[in-house]
Amino acid sequence: MTSLSRRTMLRGAIGSAAVGVALPLLDCFLDTNGVALAATGQRIPVRFGTWVWGCGFIPEKWIPTTVGHGYALPADLAPLEPYRDKLALFSGFDVKLDGVANKPHITGCLGLRTGIPVPNEDVKAPTLDVLIAQKIGGETRFRSLDVSTCGLKKSYSYHAAGSPNPSETSPSALYRRIFGAGFQDPSALAFEPDTRIMARRSVLSAVTDDRQRLMRTVSASDRARLDEYFTSIRQIEQQLDLQLQPPAPVKDFTRPAAPDEEGQGSEMGQVMETHRIMADLLAKALQVNQTRVFNVLFSDTASNLRREGETTTHHTLTHEEPADAVLGYQKEHSYFATQSMVAWKEFLDSLASIPEGDGTLLDNCLVMAHSDCSIAKAHAVEGIPTMIAGNSGGGVRTGYHLDGKGDSIARLGLTVQQAMGVQVEKWGQLSMETNRTITELIA
Amino acid sequence: MTSPDPTLPAALRRWSRLRRARFPVLAGGALVLLLALAGAQFMEPSEPEPVGGPPMMRRLTEAQYRAIIADIFGPQVPVTGRFEKAVRVGGMIAIGTGSAGISPFAIEQYDASAQGIAAAVMSPSRRNRYLTCGPSDVRRFDQPCATQFLNQNGRLLFRRALTPAETNKYVGLARRATGQLGNFHRGLELSLYTMLIAPDFLFRIEHAKPGLDGRPGELDAYSRASRIAFFLTGSTPDDALLRAAEQGELDRPGGVERQAERLMATPRYEQAVRSFFADMMQFDRFGDLSKDPAIYPAFNSDLAEDAQEQTLRTVVEHLVTKRGDYRDLFTTRDTFLTRSLGVVYRTPVPQRGEWVPATFAPSAHRAGIQSQVAFLSLHSHPGRTSPTLRGYAVRQIFLCQDVPDPPATVNFTAIEASAHRPNVTARDRIFQHATDASCAGCHKVMDPLGLTLENYDGLGTFRQRENGALIDTSGSLDGTDFDTTDGLANALHDHPETPRCVAERMYKAAVGRDITWNERYYLDWLIGRFAADDYRIPDLMRRIVTSAEFFATTRPVMPGTLVRADARTIAGDRL
Repeated sequence: MTSLSRRTMLRGAIGSAAVGVALPLLDCFLDTNGVALAATGQRIPVRFGTWVWGCGFIPEKWIPTTVGHGYALPADLAPLEPYRDKLALFSGFDVKLDGVANKPHITGCLGLRTGIPVPNEDVKAPTLDVLIAQKIGGETRFRSLDVSTCGLKKSYSYHAAGSPNPSETSPSALYRRIFGAGFQDPSALAFEPDTRIMARRSVLSAVTDDRQRLMRTVSASDRARLDEYFTSIRQIEQQLDLQLQPPAPVKDFTRPAAPDEEGQGSEMGQVMETHRIMADLLAKALQVNQTRVFNVLFSDTASNLRREGETTTHHTLTHEEPADAVLGYQKEHSYFATQSMVAWKEFLDSLASIPEGDGTLLDNCLVMAHSDCSIAKAHAVEGIPTMIAGNSGGGVRTGYHLDGKGDSIARLGLTVQQAMGVQVEKWGQLSMETNRTITELIA
Repeated sequence: MTSPDPTLPAALRRWSRLRRARFPVLAGGALVLLLALAGAQFMEPSEPEPVGGPPMMRRLTEAQYRAIIADIFGPQVPVTGRFEKAVRVGGMIAIGTGSAGISPFAIEQYDASAQGIAAAVMSPSRRNRYLTCGPSDVRRFDQPCATQFLNQNGRLLFRRALTPAETNKYVGLARRATGQLGNFHRGLELSLYTMLIAPDFLFRIEHAKPGLDGRPGELDAYSRASRIAFFLTGSTPDDALLRAAEQGELDRPGGVERQAERLMATPRYEQAVRSFFADMMQFDRFGDLSKDPAIYPAFNSDLAEDAQEQTLRTVVEHLVTKRGDYRDLFTTRDTFLTRSLGVVYRTPVPQRGEWVPATFAPSAHRAGIQSQVAFLSLHSHPGRTSPTLRGYAVRQIFLCQDVPDPPATVNFTAIEASAHRPNVTARDRIFQHATDASCAGCHKVMDPLGLTLENYDGLGTFRQRENGALIDTSGSLDGTDFDTTDGLANALHDHPETPRCVAERMYKAAVGRDITWNERYYLDWLIGRFAADDYRIPDLMRRIVTSAEFFATTRPVMPGTLVRADARTIAGDRL
C-alpha cells in the first residue's frame, strides 16, 4: 500500500504555509491506518456525534496539570481511564463574544456549535452536526438521530434559526422510530420489496416537482425554509429507497428489546437510566447504519438535573451554593459535574460494546463532547471543556490533553468538519473565525 | 403612545368617501343626517389608512393540523405522527409559524400521519362517507370519480381550488398507483397521501395582488379566506368560506363581516379562543415540566391536564360565553373544578371525574387566572417556587414586557450567604436581587410580583409560611403597592398594558408576524376600539378580521431584492 498518509499530506501543506487545507478522505488513508474492511467486504463508515452536558466543570477536578500524552487523569475524569487512549481533551479554547451579549448557557453552546456568538437561540449558521450530516448523512435512513435524556425537549442542533432538529426524550419513542415500522432487520432471512413502498416512492417524486413553481412565488427567507422542506422530503425518499433493497448484512447484530421507559423527569438516577437505554439504542442504530450522525443532550445547558427530594437544580446550585471551605469548590455542583463524566464514560461503553472490523464501533466514530460554559457560576465561555472520543476510522488522533491557550474554539469545529470530509477551509465569524486546523487531531 | 387625531377636514373627506361607497343613497341625503353621522365619526375614529405587511408562508401548528383533519375527514380519523416542540417567536407559537421550518424529523412524522389518514379515509369501513362513486371493478381506474374526489379534497386541504395542471397531476398519480397496486382505492389513497405531505398543505402560502400607485396591495381572496378561518376557527376554511372567496363575496361590502359572524357562531370559534390562550400562556411547556414527587406528591400528569383545562375553561366561559371584560380575567373567582383540583384548592368537589362550575370564596385567595395552579406550577422550579420566574412570566405573558437576560457575570456571593441561613423564605434568598445594583435594575420589575405570589407553593397550594417563617407578601407593580394576592390581581386588572398586550398579541397571531413600523398607528386605533368595546375579546377579534389592515400587504421581499425600509419589523425578541 502507499506510504502517503493524511498526516504526511497535512505536514506538507503546513510546510508550504497553506494551513487549514481541507483533507480529502481517500480510501488509501483509511487503509494505512489499519482499519479493516467489515466482514462483509464493505468499508466501515465513519460516524459523527455530539454529546452535550450542562454547566461546565470544576476546573481543578477536570483540567489535567500537564499537556500532551501521559497526563494524570484529574478526579472527575478518573472514570474515563479505560478510554484514555481513545480520548483527546481540550481546555483553554474560547468562544469569543466580540461584544455580543452572553446569554447564559446559550451563547457558549451555540457559539461553539456554529462558530458565531449569538445573544439568543437565533443561530446565524447551521450547527456543525448539520454541516457534517450534509456531507455524510445522506445515505442512511435518518439524516441524524437526536436525543435528550433529561426530560426536556431541547436540542442544540439547528438547520437555521426557527429550524431546530428536535430531540427524542422517550426511549420507547426512540425505539419505535428506529426499530419499529420501516426497520429492515439485516438478520432477516428473506427479502421481498413491498409493492406499496414502490408505489409510494413513485408518487413522492411528484412532491418535488413543485419545487420550482413554489420557489418563484415566495420571499428570500421563505425560500430557505422551502429548501429545508425539500431536503427533508429527500430523506423520506432515501428511506423508501433503502426499503426497496435487501438490507446490508451486519455482523453480530441482534435487534434490541423494546424498552418500557418514557424518560420523563430530571432526577439524577432517572436521567442516568434513560441515558443508558438511549445510548444503547443509538449504538445499535449506528451499527446497522440507520444513521451516521447523532446528537445527545445529556443535561440541558442550564442543567435541570436534581437529586431526589432536593429543591434546587444543578443549575441553581451553581449560582447559590457557597464554595466548600475545605474543598475550595461547590460540593453539590461538583456531584453533578462528576456524574456527567460518569454518564459520558457510560456512553463510550455503549459504543465500545459493539464489535466492528478489527475494533469496536467507537473506533469508527468521532464524538465531540462539550459543555456550554467553563465556570457555570460566572457563565464563562472561555475554556469550555471539550473532548473528542473515537478515532473516526483512523482519521483522528487521540490520547492527549491540549491547551488552547485562549484560541478560538471554532478551531475544534473546523477540524472536526475537516476530519469528517467537509470541504471547509475557514469557519466561524468575527474573532471566532479561523483557518487553523488543530493538526494534533488529524491522523 | 396615541395616534395623532386626524384633522377635521381630512376625517370628513375620508368618512364621506366611505359612506358614499357603502350607502350610495346617502350621498345626496339630508344634511342633518350627515352631521349626525359626522358626530358618530368622532365618537368612533375610523381605521387609519392601511399600510400592510409582507405576505406570509406559515407552517401549520399541531392544533391546526388536528383541527383540519377532524373538520375535513371527521374526528375519528387518527393522526398518528408526533409533533415536535413548536417554535415560539414574540411569545407565541402562532407568530413563530411565520418563520418555523420543517426538519427531517417533522417530515417523518407528517409522512406517518399522512399514511395513517389516507389509509383510514380509504378503509372499507369508512370510504363510503367520502366517496360517492367508484368503478364496478375495483381493479379498474375510474377517472371521473377520482377527479371528483381529488378536486374536492384537494380544495379543502390546499385552501383553494386545484389548478387544472394540479388536477391532472393528482389524478395521474392515482391512475398510476391504481395500476401498480391493482386497486382503485389504494390508488386514491396514495394520491391523497401525496397531498397530505405537499408543501401547499403543510404551509399556508399567501398570495397578494399588488397595489397601484405605491399603495399597499391586498391578499387574494383565497389567502384572505385562510386568514379569516385560521384566526376565527383555528382550522381550514370550510366549503362556505371557500365559496365566498370564489364568488367574490369577500370583495363585496359586508362580505367579510357576514363570514366572520357566521364563523364566530360555530363551536370552532371557542376552540380558536382556547388555542390562542393556551399558546399565550405557553401551556405546551407542560410537556417539559417535572415536579419532584417527594416534595409535591399531588402533582402528576392528570393534575397538570386538569390545571390547564381549568384555566382554559375559565377563559372561554368568561370571554366568550359571558362576553366579559378581558381585564376581569385577572380578578374573577369564577372557575371550574374537578375533584383532584378541589383537593389542591381545598374546595371540596362532590362528583368524581366531572367538571363543576365553582366560585372561590374570598378567603380562598384565588382571584384571577394568575392565581390558578396552571400558571403557578408552570413558572416554578421542580422542587420550589421562583418569585423571579413568576414575576418574569407575569411581565412577559400578560403585559408583553421583555426583561433582559441576567448579566453573564453575576456576583452571587451575597446570595450564597443569605440562602443558607436557617428558616429563610424566598424573600431572604433573593435579598441580593434588590440590593446589588447590577441585579436590581431588572429584578425590581420581576421579584415584587413574584414575592406576593409566594403565598402559593411550587405546585400552587396556598400557604402562609415557608420553612416555618411567616411569608411577607408585600409587592408592587409599576407604582401600585399591595400585600395580598388580591391586591396583585387588582393591579393587573388596572394596568394599562394589560389590554394593550392582548390586543397586540391577537393581531400578531392573526397575521403570523411582528407588526411593521407603520402599523403602530393601526394598533393604537385597535386598542382604542378595544377599550370602547369594553374590552370584549370577540369584538376585538371581529374588528381585526374586518379591518382593511388585516388583508393589506406590502410587496413581498423577493429573492435578490432589498428589504423595504417600511416593511422592517420592530426590533423585538427576534433580534
